[in-house]
Amino acid sequence: MSFWDSILIAVRALRVNLLRSVLTTLGIVIGVASVIILVAVGTGASSEVDKQIKALGTNMLVVFPGSMRVMGRSGGAGTDIPLSEADVAGIRDKIPGVVAVAGQIEDSGPVVRGNTNWTSSLSGVHAEYATVRDWPVVSGRDIEPNDVRTGAKVAVIGATVAKEVFPGEEPVGASIRIRNVPFEVVGVLAPKGQSVMGRDQDDIVLMPITTARLRVSGKSQVQNDRVGRIYVKVDESSDMAAVQEDIETYLRQRRNNRAGTEDSFSVRNLAETMKARSEVLTTLSYLLAATSVISLIVGGIGIMNIMLVSVTERTREIGLRMAVGGRRRDIMMQFLVEAVSLCLLGGLIGIAIGVSASAVIAFVANWPVLVSPAVLGGALAAAAATGICFGLFPARRAALLNPIDALRSE
Amino acid sequence: MERPAEPDMPREAPALGPPLISARELSKVYRVGEQDLVALDRITLEIAAGDFVAIMGPSGSGKSTVMNLIGALDVPTSGQLLFDGRDIGALSVDELAELRNRSIGFVFQQFNLLARTSALEQVMLPLLYAHPRPADSEAMARRRLEQVGLGNRMDHTPRQLSGGQQQRVAIARALVNNPKLILADEPTGALDTRTSEEIMQVFRDLNREGITIVVVTHEPEIALWAGRRVTFRDGHIVDDIRQTPYTGAAPLEGGVPPPVTP
Repeated sequence: MSFWDSILIAVRALRVNLLRSVLTTLGIVIGVASVIILVAVGTGASSEVDKQIKALGTNMLVVFPGSMRVMGRSGGAGTDIPLSEADVAGIRDKIPGVVAVAGQIEDSGPVVRGNTNWTSSLSGVHAEYATVRDWPVVSGRDIEPNDVRTGAKVAVIGATVAKEVFPGEEPVGASIRIRNVPFEVVGVLAPKGQSVMGRDQDDIVLMPITTARLRVSGKSQVQNDRVGRIYVKVDESSDMAAVQEDIETYLRQRRNNRAGTEDSFSVRNLAETMKARSEVLTTLSYLLAATSVISLIVGGIGIMNIMLVSVTERTREIGLRMAVGGRRRDIMMQFLVEAVSLCLLGGLIGIAIGVSASAVIAFVANWPVLVSPAVLGGALAAAAATGICFGLFPARRAALLNPIDALRSE
Repeated sequence: MERPAEPDMPREAPALGPPLISARELSKVYRVGEQDLVALDRITLEIAAGDFVAIMGPSGSGKSTVMNLIGALDVPTSGQLLFDGRDIGALSVDELAELRNRSIGFVFQQFNLLARTSALEQVMLPLLYAHPRPADSEAMARRRLEQVGLGNRMDHTPRQLSGGQQQRVAIARALVNNPKLILADEPTGALDTRTSEEIMQVFRDLNREGITIVVVTHEPEIALWAGRRVTFRDGHIVDDIRQTPYTGAAPLEGGVPPPVTP
């Protein structure tokens, strides 16, 4: 008997008990659908995390100022000894493995151009900021060392600001006013998308840090070379942890911190933090994968059960097939193909449900959901494997029937 | 063995050939719990090619056992059984299946047709298991259905056919592989008298074409159609006679002799 004949016989047998067949496949349907949703959401999530890590800048450390505790109350970041220009210069010059350093002070305020008024994040930065953040300028130029030295009134704007303030226009060369100070737009940044927290990172105006201190943020009461935070780009071949430790040691020395006391700063590897978070996500998806494997097993037992019923119901048919020359392997193949067809049917229904559910999730959660052909193929293969595993026992039972007894059964 | 279907087939049963089945000291013992049940006790029997044999006996006499052995559905406990020169006892399960597929056609009391399957597909079933698979399976099946008078009901399912028609489908199925032997187990047990007669006429005609026919029955009227009657009791052959076969109550043409009871 050819394989094709087996399939025809299987399809006919399944059609006879269509409702039963479909109900039997339910476990497989749930298993396959959950695998697909899982992988779709999981890969979507991890690609999102990858994107965010990339958006942060690779091989990057961030130095945050510490917070002061007064009477047991934390004053928030920056209330302790702030970071300064000297810290920036020191890290740049004294720490091996550091490629580029850029300080940043943040503020926010309206960006005005004619009648347009758009409140955006205002960042005073050093010249290497774009390099450190892996954030290229798509048109015009970046902020240059000379701008920082002279306190030039130039601005590089993010994609969102460009869109809102200059709809359909070329921003480079145009003029905007920030806190009544005219700035010349010299460049537009490449879009970076949302941050981990969901903030629009493209809603930003970069200006030289000196200009920001002098004309936008106003002078700090404590220190007039205050830096909000420092971004440090580390050489790819260097050990991030070692560099992080060097920076901590250096800053401690500069602050005369005694051993055992709390640091008035913190050095963080944001990418590591985020990777850790994505690992949690991975663990979670393993857990869900285990759930779908269990579902497939339960579904497989359902298939085995119904195949055993089918073998019992069709004992006479099996006897007849044997009498007219069906060999054991022919009978075995017939029931195995039937079990696999049943599972593939479940797999196809599961794929339909899984793909639709993934699309709904993508739409509702606004989350990238990726359904790859490899996953669909894998899901079908898993369903087929379930059919073979759990169809083997009933098929064997059918094949080992004695034709005389089988023919005589009622 | 080629059997051309000639339009004017011989009226009388053809001369008997060499033995198709040869059983010597054949025994079959079933183990039931702690006890051995002797179903067949050292029987010796030859059935010649082209013969029409009725096997009779009450239930438990061993007639079903001998049918299972002759039909290569079972292997003997001891003794020798040759089918067309091949030793049944020495064959593997798969070789037995192949032998049944090539050389034996089965007809059962309950027809044993597949549900929701057309007559044509029923008849093609044995060809599904044939090696090599004949290229013209469908034509072969059609020819056999026409032969049993169901040329106009090829796409009918068992539910759409009468009992007699169903048994004709089963006979066509038994014939489709050009078997040497047709083994019928109570073929008229589920049919009324008139239909039974029609079915037996089909067997008679097939026998006249040269096919060896063995009918297992407990009805004496059915046994009358055979040229030889072997009676079993308690695992032994108690009677083995030749007889002039009955050829039908209403002969179609010519003067056919009335039933003769020996």
